[in-house]
Amino acid sequence: MMLSVTGVHTFYGHIEALKGVDLEVGAGEVVTLIGANGAGKTTLLMTVCGNPQAAQGRIVFDGEDITRLSTYEIVRRGIAHAPEGRRIFPRMSVIENLQLGATIGQPEDFADDLERVFLLFPILKERREQRGGTLSGGEQQMLAIARALMSRPRLLLLDEPSLGLAPMVVKHIFGVLRRINREAGTTVFLVEQNAFHALRLADRGYVMVNGAIAMTGTGRELMADPEIRRAYLEGGRRDRA
Amino acid sequence: MRPGATARLAGAGMGLDLPLILKEAGLTALVVFALALPLFGFRTVDSAGGLDVAYRFDWVAAAVAVAFVGRALLVAMRTLGGAQRARPGEGLLARAGRAFYRHTTWIGAAAVAFAVLLPLLPFADRYVIDIASYFLIYVMLGWGLNVVVGLAGLLDLGYVAFYAVGAYSYALASLHLGLSFWWSLPLAGALAAGFGILLGFPVLRLRGDYLAIVTLGFGEIIRIILVNWYSFTNGPNGISGIARPSFFGLAFSRSPGPGEVAFHEFFGLDYAPVHRIAFLYYLILGLALVTNLFTLRIRRLPVGRAWEALREDEIACRSLGLNPTNIKLSAFAIGAMFAGFAGSFFATRQGFISPESFTFIESALILSIVVLGGMGSQIGVVIAAFAIVVLPEWFREFQQYRMLVFGAAMVMIMVWRPRGLIAHRDPTVRLHAGGEAGR
Ligand SMILES: Nc1ncnc2c1ncn2[C@@H]1O[C@H](COP(=O)(O)OP(=O)(O)OP(=O)(O)O)[C@@H](O)[C@H]1O
Ligand SMILES: [Mg+2]
Repeated sequence: MMLSVTGVHTFYGHIEALKGVDLEVGAGEVVTLIGANGAGKTTLLMTVCGNPQAAQGRIVFDGEDITRLSTYEIVRRGIAHAPEGRRIFPRMSVIENLQLGATIGQPEDFADDLERVFLLFPILKERREQRGGTLSGGEQQMLAIARALMSRPRLLLLDEPSLGLAPMVVKHIFGVLRRINREAGTTVFLVEQNAFHALRLADRGYVMVNGAIAMTGTGRELMADPEIRRAYLEGGRRDRA
Repeated sequence: MRPGATARLAGAGMGLDLPLILKEAGLTALVVFALALPLFGFRTVDSAGGLDVAYRFDWVAAAVAVAFVGRALLVAMRTLGGAQRARPGEGLLARAGRAFYRHTTWIGAAAVAFAVLLPLLPFADRYVIDIASYFLIYVMLGWGLNVVVGLAGLLDLGYVAFYAVGAYSYALASLHLGLSFWWSLPLAGALAAGFGILLGFPVLRLRGDYLAIVTLGFGEIIRIILVNWYSFTNGPNGISGIARPSFFGLAFSRSPGPGEVAFHEFFGLDYAPVHRIAFLYYLILGLALVTNLFTLRIRRLPVGRAWEALREDEIACRSLGLNPTNIKLSAFAIGAMFAGFAGSFFATRQGFISPESFTFIESALILSIVVLGGMGSQIGVVIAAFAIVVLPEWFREFQQYRMLVFGAAMVMIMVWRPRGLIAHRDPTVRLHAGGEAGR
């Protein structure tokens, strides 16, 4: 397994946001994590990245225990994180954002990597000198993913890349994610509210309820499950249980 | 306003709103009255029997009248010109700022050329060159602080501490160890950078207001140590007789000591005090330009980019594998190092230093140069330093109004250019249009 999370508990002060999460992502897989608002999906991704750190449990990446490492050390081991809310650098140009994404990469790889992400997102090439903050929401999301790819990660963590985007753009972005996975062999762990797209793309999926994993299966199985259909696929989202 | 014009404008739905004007002007006049009555209205004068109070209600009346009429005109102008000037920032100043930004390279080159030639120009007497080097100290400090505040976004209110460390390390090194200026300079820079890191550690987790307060405290701690560590720093009396720098071993004095050769003797010139002043001027010009080139260059390097990224979003920085600890400490250290250099220069220029020169006001002055200049803008710092340091020096006759003018200038900047005089951020990379990506 490329990433395995075992019995992880995470607290914000006294609030227990993760209550013993177990989850695995195999090399080359696309795995998705769906769940209602406040279920703890973002917290799980952040915990994998060491900010905040898990109070209990183990996170192992490529056979190495990374539970106690700080974020920048974890990232240097080959995990890239496109965080919730994109968090691109608004006053810096597209190119500068991408340069920062390449922080841990080799300088001589920069030109190749730039070409690669421009091939995936041609619009970014057109906008390369525009400031990040003036890009449209969809372009910002593409920039966030492109920036994460600049470090040549083996595992790509994405937190709700479809948030607030038009259906066409969502489709495009999910198409790109599929290409990244198929062509470059990058492992993708995707947190999503858009369960339909996420489950269709994913090899496997997990459903998180209230800080713990409630269900798991292949994308197809989960899509077919009546309870999942009711809660996440048909007629919007149910309130938190 | 001609009646015809008023009528036409009124027809277009843009008439003068008389009640509004009267209301605004009346309110302003009221505020001015409340301020002017205690400030202008009463005045204590010496008289035979002690202190007497004199009344100057005519001044109060004049102030109120000026405020009333001025405000009325301003409001009238605004309602009339409202359509054309939809964006308040689009004033003359904003356009000038943008034009300035477009030609930054040329203006910068011209400014450097002017600075280099300045001591040779006919009007440049001792006084002018002296003020110019005083001005350049602040430009250098502004550029140094710009690294911390403008690039890394760490609000530092105690910057003067590093300036003090630089000044005292040169003064003490020359006094006790007999080190020359050129040997002390790197020492002062290194010591100041060390203090920068010392300050950096406790504030690593702080941001914004909290960071500002701790740095403010740090500045005061250094000053208080300088005042109280009598045996080492000579306390409030300061250190005098600090060695002057030499020109590659040539002293600037009328009668050099035994074994010394004086500058004017070596070059076969008549002795003139202006030689030393011009030399000091070129020295600080060189130091300031080094600071500037260094900052321009480092912005394009990974370290500089990391500083700017940290200013924009710390969480994103972490998730890209940047180590915020190193980024912050390097920003503090490098900013402090330049203050240390400037401090050494200050000590050698003055020949005398005391804790008096390193009060919070200095930090505030340097910070306002950076903020007024437009954070992160190099040329903005020069303009702001000119406005804050040189103009008050020129208008020394109006001594008592200096702070008034300073305050008014601040308010005007806040209204018209809230992000500083030159608020543009220059991208650090440009690709040729249509050219291949990635160079
Ligand atoms: N920094 C924080 N401090 C305190 N509580 C937090 C913090 N971040 C998240 N929480 C709480 O932890 C719980 C899980 O939040 P999390 O952001 O992980 O949810 P999520 O599944 O990502 O939700 P969404 O789909 O809305 O993004 C929530 O109850 C939230 O209020
Ligand atoms: Mg979330």
